[in-house]
Amino acid sequence: MEFDIPHIPLAEWCDIALDWATEHFSGVTRAMSAVVGTAIETTTDFLVGLPPWLVIIACGLLVWRLTTWRIALGTVLGFAFLWNLELWRATLQSLVLVLVSTAFALAIGIPIGIAAALSKRFWRVVGPGLDMMQTMPSFVYLIPAIPFFGLGAVSACFATIVFAMPPTIRLTALGIMQTPPELVEAADAFGSSRWQKLFKIQLPLAIPTIMAGVNQTIMLALSMVVIAAMIGAGGLGGEVWRAIQRLEAGQGFQAGIAIVVLAVILDRITQHIARHMRRDRQQG
Amino acid sequence: MSEKKPRIRVRGLTKIFGDEQHVALPLLQAGKNRDEVQKATGAVIGLQDVTFDVDEGEILVVMGLSGSGKSTCLRCINRLIEPTAGSVHIDDTDVTALGERDLMELRRTRFGMVFQQFALFPHRTIQRNVEYGLEVQGVPPAARRDKAMAAIETVGLKGWDQHFPSQLSGGMQQRAGLARALALDPDVLLMDEAFSALDPLIRRDMQQELVALQKRLKKTIVFVSHDLDEAIALGGRIVLMKDGRVVQQGTAADFLADPADEYVRRFVEHIDVLGVVTAGDAMRPPVAVRPWQSSADEALAILTQSGEPVVTVVCEMGRFQGTVDADTLRRAGATELRLLLSDRDACVPRSATLNEAVARLASGRGEIAVTGPDGELFGVIANADLIAALARRRVETAH
Repeated sequence: MEFDIPHIPLAEWCDIALDWATEHFSGVTRAMSAVVGTAIETTTDFLVGLPPWLVIIACGLLVWRLTTWRIALGTVLGFAFLWNLELWRATLQSLVLVLVSTAFALAIGIPIGIAAALSKRFWRVVGPGLDMMQTMPSFVYLIPAIPFFGLGAVSACFATIVFAMPPTIRLTALGIMQTPPELVEAADAFGSSRWQKLFKIQLPLAIPTIMAGVNQTIMLALSMVVIAAMIGAGGLGGEVWRAIQRLEAGQGFQAGIAIVVLAVILDRITQHIARHMRRDRQQG
Repeated sequence: MSEKKPRIRVRGLTKIFGDEQHVALPLLQAGKNRDEVQKATGAVIGLQDVTFDVDEGEILVVMGLSGSGKSTCLRCINRLIEPTAGSVHIDDTDVTALGERDLMELRRTRFGMVFQQFALFPHRTIQRNVEYGLEVQGVPPAARRDKAMAAIETVGLKGWDQHFPSQLSGGMQQRAGLARALALDPDVLLMDEAFSALDPLIRRDMQQELVALQKRLKKTIVFVSHDLDEAIALGGRIVLMKDGRVVQQGTAADFLADPADEYVRRFVEHIDVLGVVTAGDAMRPPVAVRPWQSSADEALAILTQSGEPVVTVVCEMGRFQGTVDADTLRRAGATELRLLLSDRDACVPRSATLNEAVARLASGRGEIAVTGPDGELFGVIANADLIAALARRRVETAH
């Protein structure tokens, strides 16, 4: 049976939309790219320029202040291990990319999450959008990133932000919407305005949930930064990518294990902070 | 009762839940009952034509079982729930007509609210919880700290201000809840089952303290409760609700003496009569009364004739002086009564409950006097009268 059904030119439409956007906005995005790219490179170069032991000890002290001596010790040992594998530069590149992407994702995601929690209509629009952002294969984001931001770190950063932002939006909205109704009622009964209610009651109570979102965002950012090596982001992902191209299994696993170590460090730190905040809320 | 204008006037308050309320309201107003309207439109009637006043400085208890609409009614007063029809006035302000901004202002300044589950903010210390209302008003930190501390001291939580709610027991948390409402120095306290979540002993303490506090601070209190004993302990008027309507309003003794219907009768069936009925309700006119200058012989004659256990003696002003029993009179002959007086305190005020009357009767000689505020004699209660009063209530409530 043959029917001559015209196929829907979805790919063409996407191209048209992207071409249009590229034509009109790429000037701006290229300029942004130059600025952000320089910032990322400068930071990375600065950190790479410092003696590794100094950076490791500084990180250890910072983590110790934020969390416990156990996690700080783990961080120091982990970083020392990565240095020993001669992956220090790649580690720093990945770390800077993760942190910059996460910062952007939070700066954009938290306000969107708040807005989604406050307006049911907005939530109905955002919800499916988030589903799409999360189910879309992450590689796809890399393609349009290139015409806007060119090859390299900034494109990686952009794709990472899009990919890693959903949990922050979702959990921020969830945290606010889950404020116990009797507390919202109490706030209303005392004549709170919408913003007072938000900043004095809902947001503080949502912080543990939001931190769970931050933790997930950081984890997703790390996984995306690795994938973004395909468009020249470098870092630990770049090591894996090179190993694939040369079929060097050993090198590949070494870089892979390095990524796991970095992931564990980031996860422990953010989880501990999130847990600590939850305890804070109960007891101070 | 009082000539003062009521502080809060609730008129024809109706609340219909659901999307169909604009269809349901005309049906309800046309005289259909709750079930008919619900069947026809799917709308749930929360309140129907609720009307009552709250006087300045009184504790009004809105009472009913769960689902009777009492909490909905309370929330309509400060519009945490938006009434479908009817009006609420506080003094001369029509609360139901206020815009969002004015309503916010009204809630900030005139109402304090206390909740069943305390609803303290878990991330704030007790002090910061109590400060909350002042904080949203924009009171500067130093001033609101002072007011908060004063309120914390009033409810007996001094020294706990830097603790978090989760570190306090239920009773203490509700004290904090009360302090949070008092810190604003509002005219009206809205209390939603405020003590229902507490242990019975603590609940009783809190009830007594609230009554004492109210006497001192003269707040107008609307107290929602499902517990008749609590309503009686708080001692004010009661608005009894059922299925979203007011069944009867008045004091607990009114409910006992003259229940509006079978429901009220059953509601007050297990009431502690001794704690509700007053001496004034149970007394009868005195028969054997003599002024204190009359002689014992004269009194004995009257006493024998009346069949009373004692003769009640009053002064020239008609004030109760004491009692004299038959044996004493027989021995005394022509002595003036004033020299024979015993049991000078064998009397109770008219407003006292039968509990007090029973205690007095037990320690006396079978009869006590019932007096007014200046000691003037109103009536007497003998053992038999007490039993008759109790039997009367039993008979009334049994049918």
